[in-house]
Amino acid sequence: MTEEKSLLERSFERVHRRRKRLQRFIFMLFRMAALVNGAALTVVVAFITINGWKAVTWEFLTQAPLESMTKGGILPCIVGTLCLGIGAIVVALPIGVASAIYLNEYASPGKLLRLIRLGISNLAGVPSVVFGLFGLAFFVIWLKMGVSIIAGVLTLASLTLPVIIGSTEEALKSVPNTYREASLALGATRWQTIYRVVLPAALPGILTGAILGLSRAAGETAPIMFTAAVFYTPNLPASPFDKIMALPYHVYVLATAGTNIEATRPLQYGTSLVLIVLVLGMNLAAIVWRARLRKKMK
Amino acid sequence: MTNIRSRTDKSVRIFFFSVALASIAILFMIMIFLFMEGIPIFKKISIYDFIFGKFWYPTSSPPDFGILPLIIASIAVTLVSAAISIPLGVMTAIYLAELAHRRIAELIKPVVELLAALPSVVIGFFGMVIVAPFLQETFGIPTGLNLFNAALMLSFMSVPTICSISEDAIYSVPVALKEGSLALGATHWETLIRVIIPASISGISTAVILGMSRAIGETMVVLMVAGGAAMIPESLFDPVRPMPASIAAEMAEAPFRGDHYYALFATGIVLFMFTMLFNVIADHVTHKYRQTGEASL
Repeated sequence: MTEEKSLLERSFERVHRRRKRLQRFIFMLFRMAALVNGAALTVVVAFITINGWKAVTWEFLTQAPLESMTKGGILPCIVGTLCLGIGAIVVALPIGVASAIYLNEYASPGKLLRLIRLGISNLAGVPSVVFGLFGLAFFVIWLKMGVSIIAGVLTLASLTLPVIIGSTEEALKSVPNTYREASLALGATRWQTIYRVVLPAALPGILTGAILGLSRAAGETAPIMFTAAVFYTPNLPASPFDKIMALPYHVYVLATAGTNIEATRPLQYGTSLVLIVLVLGMNLAAIVWRARLRKKMK
Repeated sequence: MTNIRSRTDKSVRIFFFSVALASIAILFMIMIFLFMEGIPIFKKISIYDFIFGKFWYPTSSPPDFGILPLIIASIAVTLVSAAISIPLGVMTAIYLAELAHRRIAELIKPVVELLAALPSVVIGFFGMVIVAPFLQETFGIPTGLNLFNAALMLSFMSVPTICSISEDAIYSVPVALKEGSLALGATHWETLIRVIIPASISGISTAVILGMSRAIGETMVVLMVAGGAAMIPESLFDPVRPMPASIAAEMAEAPFRGDHYYALFATGIVLFMFTMLFNVIADHVTHKYRQTGEASL
């Protein structure tokens, strides 16, 4: 055996090295792409936090806006956003869970099921401003609710419905079929099985979805612009037919139409910070909770 | 006894079925009310002049209701953002599904999810106060609030959509395909580009279409950073006024059930049709070219 490599062998190795080099280069690009996402999130959050944390004081969180919104706090906005978000979930959760139960537990594959699914995915794709138009035309004008919390809640509920359906379905799917079979084998009806066996097992997953839906509703601006939110109202909401202020709309108003846009920058950063802490906090909680659930399921 | 039970069971089933129709019902109501409030504008102006009219001066007298500049702005912003978000989203998806360690992937996925959860108004605000001045200085342009800025901000909103759906598609390619290719001596990269991506192309296409649908319908970002000029853009750095921005900005001032109000609802119809079209195409791609393992290659 000679140690010398043949010409063929050597050229093969060269080609192989080149192929490996190309791979290393391209894989580095992929890694960088993933990094860019992390960087984007970090930059936005860090930037809002650094500029906003000084503005967020106890007074800021507990006072109403003062002096045509150039001073004071954002209490009415926080309360308004919580009302809208929670209201939307209270409406959307039962409908969403029931829809998901039908889709996952009852429906058999076919044209009808396909149609319902197409409807849901289309609803999920409707632009948020179109939801705003719909809310304006239907809830505010046609049902004569006026610009009010209730109109905003119903508009946001229509928007979060697909989110709830999706996450509930995922939760129902993660319940092993053996659970259902065992219950049915004991003589339980389908509904008894769903109510006593499937739903309790899927409950944590459903609640995670509800939190995600809540955070989505709380962060939306366009759907509430024409249906619930106003520039300024000094009072906290007392009835579902009151107009309210909301965090996302407040950021928009201060940043684009305030009396003095430059002077209220700290307020804008502060409001944005409160909004992202609220929304990302809920998301983070849901993500962590879901990760723990998945581990348990395994 | 059994009879009652099975009867209850049947009525429960019917109950759930009717609730499941709620989504379709809402979708129909959206269409009905958009049309109800939008159609009256076509008594004043023909559909052709509305869609292909080059001038949008809704408040001058006589007003001009041509939304071509708005449509072109929407399409331009969406295409430019797609040019950024498609490579970024698909590459991140490949990284997550094929390259990353399980542990690292578990860390990066929540990052992408949180990116999707950022309220659009915050991204718009960021684009206004940071990206706009930066662009203005770097490129020496009159305003940083323009097509490019809006597209850039939008791309970060559609990346999560593109990434998560593509990742599912890539992840579900049968391992046998991959192993077959590697066994033949192909490198991992060659396997990716020749085997794994072709096998998951239908899922990736769906992801891209849904990502673009998200971008064209997104409102707050284009309202805050696109610049707001209702002109047909000639350069990447021209200010534009996409359809959602126009609706959101003008609805508050439009006199109730006046021509302007009707025209904005009609713009909503056009926007709705765009996203509907994207979604129906995505649905069609998913069902027609469903990933069926080896057979799809």
